[in-house]
Amino acid sequence: MRGVSFSLQAGRCLAIVGGSGSGKSVTSRAIVGLAGRRAHVHARQLTFAGTDLTALDDRSWRRVRGKEIGFVLQDALVALDPLRPVGKEIGEALRLHRAVASSEELERRVVALLELVGVPEAAVKARQLPHQLSGGQRQRAVIAAALALDPRILIADEPTTALDVTVQAQVLGLLEETKLRGKALLLISHDLAVVSRIADEVLVMHEGKVVEHGSADQVFQDPQHTYTRQLLDAVPSARPRGSRRSLLPAARPARPPLRSQEQSPSTFPSVVLSAAHLVKRFKGPDGVLRTAVDGISFELRSGETLGVVGESGSGKSTMARLALALDPPDEGAVLFQGRAWTTLTERDRRARRRAISVIYQDPLSSFDPRWSVGHIISDSLASDVESRDERYERVVELLDLVGLSPALLDRRPLELSGGQRQRVAIARAIAPRPAVIVCDEPVSALDVLIQAQVLDLLTDLKAHLNMSYVFISHDLGVIRQLSDRVMVMRQGRVVETGTRDEIFLNPRTDYTQRLLAAVPSLARGGVANRSFSRV
Amino acid sequence: MRVNSAAHVRIGWLAGRFVSAATVVWLAATFTFLVQCLMPGDRAQIIINMASGNVGEASPAELAAVNAKYGFDQPLVLQYGKYIWGILHGDLGLSYQQHRPVLDIIAEQIGPTIILAVAALIAAWVIAVLTTVLVAGQDNMWSTLLSGIQVFLATVPPYWLATILLVVFAVQLRIVPVIGGNSPIGLVLPTIALALELSGFLGQIVRSEFTRVLEQPFVISARARGMGELGVRFRHVLRHAALPGITLSGWAIGKLLSGAILIEAVFARQGLGGVLVAATSSRDVPVVSGAILISAGLFTVTNMLVDLTYRFVDPRIKMT
Ligand SMILES: Nc1ncnc2c1ncn2[C@@H]1O[C@H](COP(=O)(O)OP(=O)(O)OP(=O)(O)O)[C@@H](O)[C@H]1O
Ligand SMILES: [Mg+2]
Repeated sequence: MRGVSFSLQAGRCLAIVGGSGSGKSVTSRAIVGLAGRRAHVHARQLTFAGTDLTALDDRSWRRVRGKEIGFVLQDALVALDPLRPVGKEIGEALRLHRAVASSEELERRVVALLELVGVPEAAVKARQLPHQLSGGQRQRAVIAAALALDPRILIADEPTTALDVTVQAQVLGLLEETKLRGKALLLISHDLAVVSRIADEVLVMHEGKVVEHGSADQVFQDPQHTYTRQLLDAVPSARPRGSRRSLLPAARPARPPLRSQEQSPSTFPSVVLSAAHLVKRFKGPDGVLRTAVDGISFELRSGETLGVVGESGSGKSTMARLALALDPPDEGAVLFQGRAWTTLTERDRRARRRAISVIYQDPLSSFDPRWSVGHIISDSLASDVESRDERYERVVELLDLVGLSPALLDRRPLELSGGQRQRVAIARAIAPRPAVIVCDEPVSALDVLIQAQVLDLLTDLKAHLNMSYVFISHDLGVIRQLSDRVMVMRQGRVVETGTRDEIFLNPRTDYTQRLLAAVPSLARGGVANRSFSRV
Repeated sequence: MRVNSAAHVRIGWLAGRFVSAATVVWLAATFTFLVQCLMPGDRAQIIINMASGNVGEASPAELAAVNAKYGFDQPLVLQYGKYIWGILHGDLGLSYQQHRPVLDIIAEQIGPTIILAVAALIAAWVIAVLTTVLVAGQDNMWSTLLSGIQVFLATVPPYWLATILLVVFAVQLRIVPVIGGNSPIGLVLPTIALALELSGFLGQIVRSEFTRVLEQPFVISARARGMGELGVRFRHVLRHAALPGITLSGWAIGKLLSGAILIEAVFARQGLGGVLVAATSSRDVPVVSGAILISAGLFTVTNMLVDLTYRFVDPRIKMT
């Protein structure tokens, strides 16, 4: 990253846009002096309200951070300390800067902050641990923590990647309102629909350099640089399924497919995974049981993709964990390949564990940071692959299948880009040749260009390897591109299930109709027909 | 009703732990029983030799009398049953040599040994945590030096270290007494000698986890909220880094108990060490067996405590 300059004014929003690895996040972290030990920051001039930030010592920095500059870190899913209650984290800035007189006041302020960002049952959530909140709730908690002291500058790095469209609108409204109150906003995002809504000024970064810088209207309506145009084109849309979106050539397997099978999408003979009346309840810190999944039934046929949409906190991830038999359901049962699954003991399941894989939104936290890429993939190979040479060959083949070069074999997860990491996660998921892959928001954290590549890859692989997907996403465009059938969830229940066309062209329930209607388009007139659909 | 179910889970967890603890002790008891029966040499002969002080063959009449007194002439199953029954009632048998209950002999001597082991565990944690929190994650000379020292401590035999400490601090510098007895000041050198090895191990483990956690996004978040370096290290990172160390402590306690016996010998301290050395050399099997049983019991109890501590530090773990 080099030669980036900009100024941030009170009451205005500057957005930095660009793909992963373009240096957006490093720029933002450099502003608060937290670019990391290995980064070398040279700033000719970095001033905040007349103070020269480059000359600050550690103690003065601490007075600025949190109080004058609020910072919403990227990777909301791991931005909260997993061992401490969420409320403690949010209240930390208040406590550190001595903004509250008593612990009662602290508690009140924390709950009010959580309510501000639209977290339901804020008083309960404040006492829970991060893993007990849904992805979207965690992300909102991170925003609440940054807003705690009402800082004069708010830096938000990808603040809405885990949010559905209704909640996202609420959070954007909140950011807009802070802007109107005269605070300066630095928004970092790859989501152009989000940027177009509140940015006054846009800076497009590519490979560490600024390629375009201008007012929002100018950049959106009359993009000068080819990279900006690529970004605008790659946004998920309601295009018919099957059309490729990525601009790069698809990651085609160089060898003949492992288990190629021609199959017309309309006929899915056998049911591989079926759930009947699943119920899951969690006990809150107040001892009250709350139902997260409330009587869900579904069937997944072989070769099919079942899309699951629903608002944040509607129980999608909980349902996925039940299907994977990572948590036991309180009622109901899941059958896998026609046989008992959730009712078995873990030991009886082990033999068939390899037939069902999972891909998470945030692959980093599911990798052992000390393992190399080769080790990660080889570890999940089917156990019948015995010899070392054969294993190595299989790993290289898998890397090839997901479009990665064997040169990455010895890299560690931290040394990969977001898109590469998700490809490694996919290679790991397909390594044991599973019949089913459960994908929980696999592309939400990726920028549009990489997102398109990964979605195309998933589509290709499914056809080649004859797998079925349960595909969870809050992004309607993504769901529409990939799914054969769609299940709409709300508050732990299934609102509606149907084929993709039934749901998208002919929604029966009010809720689905509202979801589809809420899909925003670019806020600026010129490109409104691009129809950005995020739910 | 809801509160009840939480209590049930906890009671179920405790019950499960008790069952596995009892199993460990029972296995240890069976093992010591078998050793007593299968040991080479006739037990009655050993007892008679011990009492008379000479090594000659005893007459059949003498042997029969001893066999009858100790019940050695009964079927093995019956002997086993009586042995287990006795343990359940706190009866570990009679010492061949002292003709006193084994439990009394051990109870008199075990106090100082436990104090030494616990003191060493605490000292090892304090040393490991302080050095880690102050130095870890900084690319400087101190960090490299500390790592080297930790590896050295973890590999050096503790009795060798104990001898060095004794010579330097007690004999040369005369800061502490050579024979400290059971006074607190006398505890200092043995504790350090016993703790240093473990502090090396613990330090290595805590430090590598500490460095990893320092890079985590939630730590950067805390800094962005204006938290200072020490706050970040103590409030956020240490808790995570301590977890693998806590797991290690369960194993370490077994090692500390056996280490304590050696250290006691070096410092001529009162404790289980002396009793065991005497009993082993004179083949006083009931005392040795009793010590093994008591250690097994202590080991299971401390492991339960370690488990509880882990659950306290990491609230994500459910009681199942
Ligand atoms: N381990 C847990 N303990 C307590 N409550 C939980 C736990 N896991 C999930 N919940 C609660 O269950 C509800 C559903 O969560 P879930 O993660 O399934 O939502 P989601 O649909 O995946 O949402 P998102 O789109 O935000 O990821 C949430 O209110 C959450 O707080
Ligand atoms: Mg989720």
